[in-house]
Amino acid sequence: MSPGRGLTGFIVRRLLLGLVTLWITSVVIFAATQALPGDAARSILGRSATPESLADLRARLGLDKSVLTQYWEWISGIFTGDLGTSLANSLPVTEVIGERLVYTFFLMLIAGAISIPLGIALGAISARRRDSAFDQATSVATLGLAALPEFVVAITLAVIFSTTVFHVLPSVIVTEPGSRPWDYPRELVLPVITLIIAVVPYTARIMRASTVEILESDFVEMARLKGLPERRVLWRHAVPNALAPTFQITALNLAYLAGGIVVVEAVFNYPGIGLLLVDSVRARDMPTVQAIALLIAALYVVLNLLADVATILVSPRLRTSLG
Amino acid sequence: MSEIASIDAVEIAPEDRRRSPWRVLVSAAWRQHRTKIGLGITLLLVGTAVFGRLVAPYPPDQGVENQLPFAPPSSDALLGTDDLGRDVLSRFLYGGLSVLLLSGLATALGMVLGVSIGLVAAYSRGKLDDLLMRTMDVFLSLPQIVFALVLAATVGPKLWLLVLAVGFTTMPRVARVARGAAVEVVERDFVRAAEAIGIPRRRILLSELLPNVSSPLIVEATLRMSFNVAVVAGLSFLGFGLQPPAADWGLMINENQNGLTLQPWPVLLPVIAIALLTIGTSLVGDGLSRAAIGIERGRGGE
Repeated sequence: MSPGRGLTGFIVRRLLLGLVTLWITSVVIFAATQALPGDAARSILGRSATPESLADLRARLGLDKSVLTQYWEWISGIFTGDLGTSLANSLPVTEVIGERLVYTFFLMLIAGAISIPLGIALGAISARRRDSAFDQATSVATLGLAALPEFVVAITLAVIFSTTVFHVLPSVIVTEPGSRPWDYPRELVLPVITLIIAVVPYTARIMRASTVEILESDFVEMARLKGLPERRVLWRHAVPNALAPTFQITALNLAYLAGGIVVVEAVFNYPGIGLLLVDSVRARDMPTVQAIALLIAALYVVLNLLADVATILVSPRLRTSLG
Repeated sequence: MSEIASIDAVEIAPEDRRRSPWRVLVSAAWRQHRTKIGLGITLLLVGTAVFGRLVAPYPPDQGVENQLPFAPPSSDALLGTDDLGRDVLSRFLYGGLSVLLLSGLATALGMVLGVSIGLVAAYSRGKLDDLLMRTMDVFLSLPQIVFALVLAATVGPKLWLLVLAVGFTTMPRVARVARGAAVEVVERDFVRAAEAIGIPRRRILLSELLPNVSSPLIVEATLRMSFNVAVVAGLSFLGFGLQPPAADWGLMINENQNGLTLQPWPVLLPVIAIALLTIGTSLVGDGLSRAAIGIERGRGGE
């Protein structure tokens, strides 16, 4: 970090790095979907396809042009907001995705807003009461829950709350066209809880680790020697400094959560972009698959950037060295 | 992960440090309850997956006579039948091997690729190091399941593709760990000595570097296995793993999810098995990782 260029310079550099990452990812996605050896049109239509329908689909996919032209058309389309036409329903991909995106973002937003503070609080309290029964129990529970695949959690919740044991919550969501995710508060409960269970363990564990480290440091000792009450030492002195690594890990986990969201949406039939991705892969709807994959990569880049900025804002040392 | 375990590292007695690093790692890991419990759970599930088929009452793809689909447990079918009237217990006993083999192969592939790249990066330093590790970072931008789905969209649900996709997305995570551990070993005298007497590069990587970074790599392999079981089972739950009529834990959940209210067993059994397998392997990984960091710390204190 070169001194004197400040927060803006730092953010601009991270943004450029993010754009390069995104660009290379777009090449990878394109290579995986369009440039693989073999005839995509034939693998979509199957062996019984007529030559005419094959030629027609090749033209619609742009397969009759050179690979470079295909990539250029795809990538330049993204900048003009044209992601191509969905093969499944002949609508523009942007339109198909846009409607679903609201659902996924709303789900992630609620899950994030509950799980991040919850994880931070659990981690900080465990660190404060290190090796107590509470700490031990939290440690075992978070280790176990962190290992569980999201679909296992999702189905277990469905078994407990909506099918076999109790019948208190719906296990699938049936939406009407034009409605919005907040029209279905009861249907949102189980997907949100699943995602909370996926995020809280990681946040709590990293928060505990970094808080323990800081509680043992000299400046916390100073605060104690000044006679500050332990509660104030924890929440005012230790926690803000422990947040930086927590934000980094949480951003990574929220980005990986995109993988979990695919599965969770499939279990609960929740109409977000995760379910759309699964359906599009089944239907071999390449333009939609490519667009969603790129969107998920963009989410990773944005979340990492946000974590970097949040890290600087919460850690006093970095803030002054960059300011 | 290492940051998380570092504060709870196992204490390593000084007399232990003279023994071979593997034995120190294993005995330090074994002293923790979590390792024993985790290994017990893992072996139970691996045993079920590998030998379960020997005691299965029915062949996996055959319907039970006189039984309707989603029939409750009875003397004919101990845990009832599934969506096509097949014996749930038999299909469960047959269905674990595929999950285990696919995630094992994918983890092995990811370890070989990741360790090679990580060691080459650490040894070469400079521009090649930067280039390799930046490339690895790019591959982190797509979650494992999403990458596998993108490939499945082009080629269709193929098992080799699943192993390739999961192995390939395991690679960047392993490469980071391998490079991180190898960077300081590269600076040590014996590597310089080997260079000085003209030992070829490949030999230095394999017989000087690799043995000295084995502890963190064993930890990583265990944790990756735990994650990959989840990814592989998740993909086959979504219908991109084994295809019907195969018996497979992930596929069983997929096929019987709609019958949950009538017959929970064909969903519950594989769900519990996958949960235990991931928890068991991750407990072993956590035990190993606390031991490895304890050893590292003991070395630093010398």
